[in-house]
Amino acid sequence: MSTNVTMPSMGFDMTEGKVSRWINKVGDAVERGQVIGEIETEKATVDLEAPVAGTLAQILVQVGETVPVSTPIAVITAAGESVSAPASPAPAEAKKESPPPAAPAQAQPHASVASVAPTVSTNGERIKVSPLAKNIARAEGIDLAALHGTGPNGRIIERDVKAFLQTRAPSAPPSTSPAQAAPMPKPSPAAVLTTAPVSTSPAQTPAQLVAGEQPLSKMRQVIARRLQESKSTIPHFYLTIEIFMDEAMKLRAQLNALAANDAEKLSVNDLIVAACARTLQKFPAVNAYFKGDKLEMHDVINVGIAVSVDDGLLTPVLHNADKKSLKQIAIETKELAARARANKMKPDDLGPGTFTVSNLGMYGIDEFSAIINPPESSILAVGAVKKVPVVINDQIQIAQVMKATLSVDHRIVDGALGAEYLQELKKLLENPVNLLLAY
Amino acid sequence: MADMIQVTYRDALKEAMREAMKRDENVVIMGEEVGVWGGTYAVTRGLYDEFGGRRVIDTPIAEMGIIGVATGAAMGGMKPIAEIMTINFALVAMDQIINNTAKIHSMFGGTMRAPVVIRTAAGWGQLAATHSQSFEAWFAHVPGLIVVMPSTPYDAKGLLTTAMYSQNPVVFIEHSRLYGEKGQVPQGEFRVPFGVADVKRDGKDLTIVTYSRMVHVALNAANELAKENINVEIVDLRSLRPIDWETVYNSIRKTHRALVLTEDWMTYGISAEVAARIGYETFDYLDAPVERLTQLEVPLPYASNLEKLSFPDEAKVMQQVKAMLA
Amino acid sequence: MTTAVAKKVSVATSPSLEISRETALHWLEQMMLIRRFEEAAEYAYTQKKVGGFLHLYIGEESIAVGAVAAMHPDDDIFTHYRDHGWVLARGVDPKPAMAELYGKATGLVKGKGGSMHFASVKHHMWGGYAIVGGHIPLAAGMAFSHQYLKRDRIAFCVMGEGATNIGMFHEALNMAALWKLPVVFLIENNMFGMGTAVDRASAVANIYEKASAYRMPATRIDGNDIELVYTTIQEYVNRARSGEGPQMVEAMTYRFKGHSMGDPQRYRTKEEVENRRPDDPLNRWEKKLIERGWADDALIKETFTRVDKQVAEAVQFAEDSPFPDPSELYTDILVEE
Repeated sequence: MSTNVTMPSMGFDMTEGKVSRWINKVGDAVERGQVIGEIETEKATVDLEAPVAGTLAQILVQVGETVPVSTPIAVITAAGESVSAPASPAPAEAKKESPPPAAPAQAQPHASVASVAPTVSTNGERIKVSPLAKNIARAEGIDLAALHGTGPNGRIIERDVKAFLQTRAPSAPPSTSPAQAAPMPKPSPAAVLTTAPVSTSPAQTPAQLVAGEQPLSKMRQVIARRLQESKSTIPHFYLTIEIFMDEAMKLRAQLNALAANDAEKLSVNDLIVAACARTLQKFPAVNAYFKGDKLEMHDVINVGIAVSVDDGLLTPVLHNADKKSLKQIAIETKELAARARANKMKPDDLGPGTFTVSNLGMYGIDEFSAIINPPESSILAVGAVKKVPVVINDQIQIAQVMKATLSVDHRIVDGALGAEYLQELKKLLENPVNLLLAY
Repeated sequence: MADMIQVTYRDALKEAMREAMKRDENVVIMGEEVGVWGGTYAVTRGLYDEFGGRRVIDTPIAEMGIIGVATGAAMGGMKPIAEIMTINFALVAMDQIINNTAKIHSMFGGTMRAPVVIRTAAGWGQLAATHSQSFEAWFAHVPGLIVVMPSTPYDAKGLLTTAMYSQNPVVFIEHSRLYGEKGQVPQGEFRVPFGVADVKRDGKDLTIVTYSRMVHVALNAANELAKENINVEIVDLRSLRPIDWETVYNSIRKTHRALVLTEDWMTYGISAEVAARIGYETFDYLDAPVERLTQLEVPLPYASNLEKLSFPDEAKVMQQVKAMLA
Repeated sequence: MTTAVAKKVSVATSPSLEISRETALHWLEQMMLIRRFEEAAEYAYTQKKVGGFLHLYIGEESIAVGAVAAMHPDDDIFTHYRDHGWVLARGVDPKPAMAELYGKATGLVKGKGGSMHFASVKHHMWGGYAIVGGHIPLAAGMAFSHQYLKRDRIAFCVMGEGATNIGMFHEALNMAALWKLPVVFLIENNMFGMGTAVDRASAVANIYEKASAYRMPATRIDGNDIELVYTTIQEYVNRARSGEGPQMVEAMTYRFKGHSMGDPQRYRTKEEVENRRPDDPLNRWEKKLIERGWADDALIKETFTRVDKQVAEAVQFAEDSPFPDPSELYTDILVEE
């Protein structure tokens, strides 16, 4: 029987060792416990003893070589026996050990997953809110951005949410108490082991209808929450207008013919963004946020552009859009969209926006109405530019027409104001040369 | 329950020991000046006369010897009470307490027990840097120990009686400034279980989590705050290991605000653990960050005015509570 | 080799008690068992079957075997962390002992202690302790309970000479002497506290002289002479048992292996170790038995074979045993109440 002499472990902190000396040579007879060589570790040089008596049949690791602990380094055979299968330096046995079994999940307080908190406003500012206030607001479907914090450092606390609830009482859904509204209390560590998963579906679906389940992505969850919040808390109304786009399309063709490269080429949407931004200069209320008991006015005009991405929708923001030339808008919007689709948005790209343009024209959609992106007060939904017969000076002519629908927050913008905004927008797009004026 | 009588914290402790010694011949008290002197804080006064020097044993000034011998005697089947005169001197015996007393049971796979009761006193009173420290967190950090720190005569007697029946090592931390505190205590034997906190005052606006002497500071402050229509709830932990977390959490789920009030230093102290757990376990119920009020982080100076400044007092508690409710 | 230092110090001389051939051969087998157990442990360590620290008793076997033979089976032993020999000398089965080294559920203390914390309460073996000197007051406390409860038992506290420089040694000796506790302190002087030679660490080179500060009877003996260990310990244990207070014996010996595994041994030369080989207590005892006509080479070889088989079975037992269940992680921290 042959015995492998392995690189010995000479300490709990030793992982490898170097053969620094072989005292015996192959063929020597050795006694059990006889020092046959020396091993050098990081801490010491130690004797290598023969684990059994016999003949040193093979030396597998030469002087100067370093190998992991437990690697065979020599073979000793019983007297008069030959090595049957030469042992080759093999990976240390230790490496083959299966990972240690997991310890029971006791007492680690941070074991469960916390829910996502809607504490970032659309303009990217962190909303300071106490966990309790946040929970009540979520349960009541209140947009935190609509609340004014009276706690330390402007933090929204329980009393602020309750005060808000009182003011909106008539339309509020039946109020649940904060304790009920709050998420399930975290189970105690002992209970973690036994608690069954809690169903999160709001209503039970008959089992036979369920063809499979797909967990919502983080983005999808945010979209769901934000849009629900917007549509259920902001009193929307909608205004649609037809805009003749012939001049705009002509201007676009001319400018694109002069473009130095593809990046400079204008899309229809770039013209619309430019027009929206310039028009906003005259309508500060449309560019404002509703903040409970006051309007928050802005001296910048940042236009968000809805971009569809895998599994969702992003609205990267073009800052100071009213002050940018058409060429700049063309270039920057392309970059923004590319970053959004590549999931490489910069912090600035996220906002804050003051107005949003959503365009489904490229899908042939004639018109639609969009949901406001809180805390903004308006969003423009743009349909396709289509050649249609129109009556001009009692003559039927063919014109390129686009329908645009403005969704507005009635708390800020009344019908007349919204209509005036759309008229101004229409005027600008129908006389697009004004878009080229110095800005 | 038995008739209640008015006794001091000191006498409540003595009564618990007396009852244990009468009941169980294996109970002895050993420590510095526990016998003839009657204890430097007079907690054992009279026991030497009643039970004799065989059972109330004056030791040399040798804390690691005291704890080691008491632990060995406990392994040998006895039920010793080892008194360490003040918690500051427990540092001398730290190796014995942590590496022997706390570990005997687990290190030997449950084959041995060391049910020592280590009685010691926290506290201060112009005793300067080395004699005024609050080291409860040092012990409460260690698996294998039970650590209690009662605030009232009732809790003192009830917890010490539980300790005398326990098969585990117990670090029983008294407070030198509470020995004269009077309160209603049942006559005869009764127990306060380990790991059960006590709501010392009901309230709805804010929870103060505290223990030992600071319970009284909190109660005084709460009574003043009540005049301003602020209702503070006070949770007395009583046991620092194990801690009755559910009582703490339930209170905060009700009041939504928590102030942790301790006499030890803030950094890595009891308040650090309590605040961290509250922040995690009751996160969704909090309407304000968990706040802490503790001893200032200084070695305690001798001068009386500086010493006073170092500790939380009623005024600081009131100020803090008001700030949290502003 | 013995010296009186104080009035009450006795002088241990040559063996005064006759021992039978049967006893002599039993001692031989116990020493061989410890030797082979330690060699197997060392090999298992190099194979990463055993972890942590491993302190071997090779070269010191005569002290544990001789001392245990001199005590009552219910006298209570506390030792340092070089504890395997003491546990085996007490008659503990090598199987759970080896399993403890392997960290297995079938170990002496369920795999929770390892090499440094061998214990078996039913053998009155209260364990190895790993903080140098930390167990000395525990032994005094056990002796206190014997005195208080009027038991006919003594506590027996084994320590290395290095432990006599630490404060706990002095606090415990003082209290033991003050209260006349029935405890015997045995110093195994293997010449080195880790790698520091006695005279580089202790102001008093004769360790047993430290006992005189507490008016404690003490002596120094050749620890590699098993008969001398036996007779001396018997005398000192008897005195402690009869109410004369604590006693001390310093047994001189030599550790052939490093302090622990991986010890670079820069503090001594190989020649020094080799020069000590003739003093190996196991070889000395073999020779003595042959001289007395109580054993021959064949008997010795036969005994070794028996012991080898016992150790091989212990290793196999350890190999085959399961690791502790993960649920064991949270057991035994506190007594369930």
